[in-house]
Amino acid sequence: MDRRSYQGLIVPIALLVLAIADFIYLQPLQFINALTIGGIYALIALGYTMVYGIIELINFAHGDVFMCGSMVTMAMLTGLGFRGAIHQPIELIAILIATFLVAMVVMGIVGVIIERIAYRPLRNAPKLAPLITAIGVSFILENIIQAVVGPQQISVPQIMDPQSQVSFLGVDVSFVKLFVIFIVIALMIALQLFVGRTNLGRAMRSTAIDREAASLMGVNIDLTIALTFFIGSALAGAAGVVQGLYFGTTNFQLGFEAGLKAFTAAVLGGIGNTTGAALGGFIIGFVEVNATVLGYSRWAEAFTFTVLVLVLVFRPTGLLGQQLAERA
Amino acid sequence: MNGPQRLQGGRAPLRLLPGSLRRRAEGFADRHQSLSVIITVVILGLLLPAASQLPILNGFGHINDYVDGYANAGVFILLALGLNVVVGLAGLLDLGYAAFFAIGSYTYAFSASPFSGLALPFWPLLIIGAFVAAIFGILLGAPTLRLRGDYLAIVTLGFGEIVPIVFLNSDTYTKGTNGISGIYQPSLPAIPGLPAFDLPLIGHFNGTLGGSFGFGNPWPYYITVFAIIAVAVILLYRLQDSRVGRAWMAIREDELAASAMGINTVTTKLLAFAIGATTSGLAGVFNASKLAFVSPDQFDFTVSFTVLAMVVLGGMGNIWGVAVGAFALYEIQSVFLKQLTIFLHPLGVPVLSSIDFVQYQFLLYGLALVGMMLLRPEGLFPSRQRKRELLAELKGVDEAEPEFAPDEPAVTPEEPHA
Repeated sequence: MDRRSYQGLIVPIALLVLAIADFIYLQPLQFINALTIGGIYALIALGYTMVYGIIELINFAHGDVFMCGSMVTMAMLTGLGFRGAIHQPIELIAILIATFLVAMVVMGIVGVIIERIAYRPLRNAPKLAPLITAIGVSFILENIIQAVVGPQQISVPQIMDPQSQVSFLGVDVSFVKLFVIFIVIALMIALQLFVGRTNLGRAMRSTAIDREAASLMGVNIDLTIALTFFIGSALAGAAGVVQGLYFGTTNFQLGFEAGLKAFTAAVLGGIGNTTGAALGGFIIGFVEVNATVLGYSRWAEAFTFTVLVLVLVFRPTGLLGQQLAERA
Repeated sequence: MNGPQRLQGGRAPLRLLPGSLRRRAEGFADRHQSLSVIITVVILGLLLPAASQLPILNGFGHINDYVDGYANAGVFILLALGLNVVVGLAGLLDLGYAAFFAIGSYTYAFSASPFSGLALPFWPLLIIGAFVAAIFGILLGAPTLRLRGDYLAIVTLGFGEIVPIVFLNSDTYTKGTNGISGIYQPSLPAIPGLPAFDLPLIGHFNGTLGGSFGFGNPWPYYITVFAIIAVAVILLYRLQDSRVGRAWMAIREDELAASAMGINTVTTKLLAFAIGATTSGLAGVFNASKLAFVSPDQFDFTVSFTVLAMVVLGGMGNIWGVAVGAFALYEIQSVFLKQLTIFLHPLGVPVLSSIDFVQYQFLLYGLALVGMMLLRPEGLFPSRQRKRELLAELKGVDEAEPEFAPDEPAVTPEEPHA
């Protein structure tokens, strides 16, 4: 085994050891909680990392896209007249599929519109300009939602009964959590297949590597970038649905913190690297749950940002390394 | 950089004046840059309270309420001037600027309040608070400024979140959510034997100068903050026109080229970052002494973003523009929107009478940030040079305005994926 592949194994093995140690230390219930919360962060982080990978922009509005996704879920479920859990399996499945589809498509379109209006005209401008519009878009989204639904906590109908439990790994776990973990992993696999196996995915990867060369090879750059925004925002929309199903509550300021943590996750895993973003999301979930279990829940956010600063200082390419070339 | 531009500090406000008067004033400004900054600030400082006594405006409040508001606006002008060095000159996006404001405020709260039992004097603490903030700026900047620029944005955003959380959760040292109250006011040695007199429009001077600043009277704070602003503007112009200032702008335009020219990019960026933090810390000390109260929720991310909006709106890299932008935006959020709400509610128009406009100030900022970047990236009051650069980068160098000075380097558009 040569040195390179040996080095590549260090990170996964260290993480595996840590995960096992954590599993022994934490209650299995908390372990599942960490996976669930981490899954939401991972979904949001995927959008950050895809957009950064392709146009090198920290899309500050992405957290708010996630928040809007949870609002769409709320609006749809409340509008359909649901108040609590649905107990008929077929109806439940149909409603779940419909909710995910609507939230993902709506947020995907919102993402494309944001890119078209706020980012595309500035693609060749100094780097500071799109960063500033991104912050502006984030404000606009938050305030529109605040104007529509108000500043208070808003409850989302929990159509999956939080009381219904299944036995998993020897403990009773609520069905919602397992479903969330399942849906997160399914979406990630779908994304990997799309990016890795389809022509559009190949166009995205080549645009990320060298935009001009890709366009010379016949890739439609504008379309590819719009597609990236669509997929990233749709994943954030899915995360919004998951937020609604799992926590049953949302708020117009939800996106700010979630976005910050998800970005941390993306950097932690290696920005531009979709596998890394997923991994980073789960790690952030574990950091938070561990902090809570240790009795430092008020410091959980501080821990997260400390992780971010430490990663940037000691391993700026992230745990799994960047897929894009490092530039000055 | 050529002569006239070096002395823009004194010239910029003179664009308002008409022809021959302007030429003469410009001649004076070129010769006495610092003096003309002081004169401008003094004139503005006298005009502002006087303006609030004009027939339309004086209905909204007593002159002291206006002056109090101007003093608060002064705090934001200071913050914006500091952030302008970081964002406008060096081109680094700092999204956690309020953290240094918080550090300065708490430094003063620890050193001069009944809570800590210390009662150190205000004036040296103004410097010490700024210094403490600068140290934190360096501690944060040193590891992160080595990285790509956009990482800095997110690290500072995180830092801006952590600092209030730390102050909030360290109950023993900061009284948590309740905040530290009863912070001592600044004082000056009293000057006896001054006559009392009336100033037209501005108000009555009762003959006392010095002593403790006290609560009821906003004037000492107003004068202090404008004095600090005058000093800050002079120092910032000198910095901007110095070797360091040119190095900042070089890094902003092209970091690689700047480092190839022998600029140590890390220490130069760190200096910009530290100067931004210093100004913010100074504003923090002043603000804590003025409010006599600090609590963590004064320093949430909205402060950082408000200041950023001020800098962008006023014109990044333009000292006078940023000051005007900060003043305008502060007055809009604290006076105009409030008055608009009060004015529109009794009218009974269905939608308008139920909207609290103050609540939507961030919608306004958001629209302003996006609109400015898309339509007028050089700001409302652009610096002439920055405008040329920004337009050149947007259009590509071929179509850039042909007014490049021969000794000015042409700016090449950033390669999309170089």
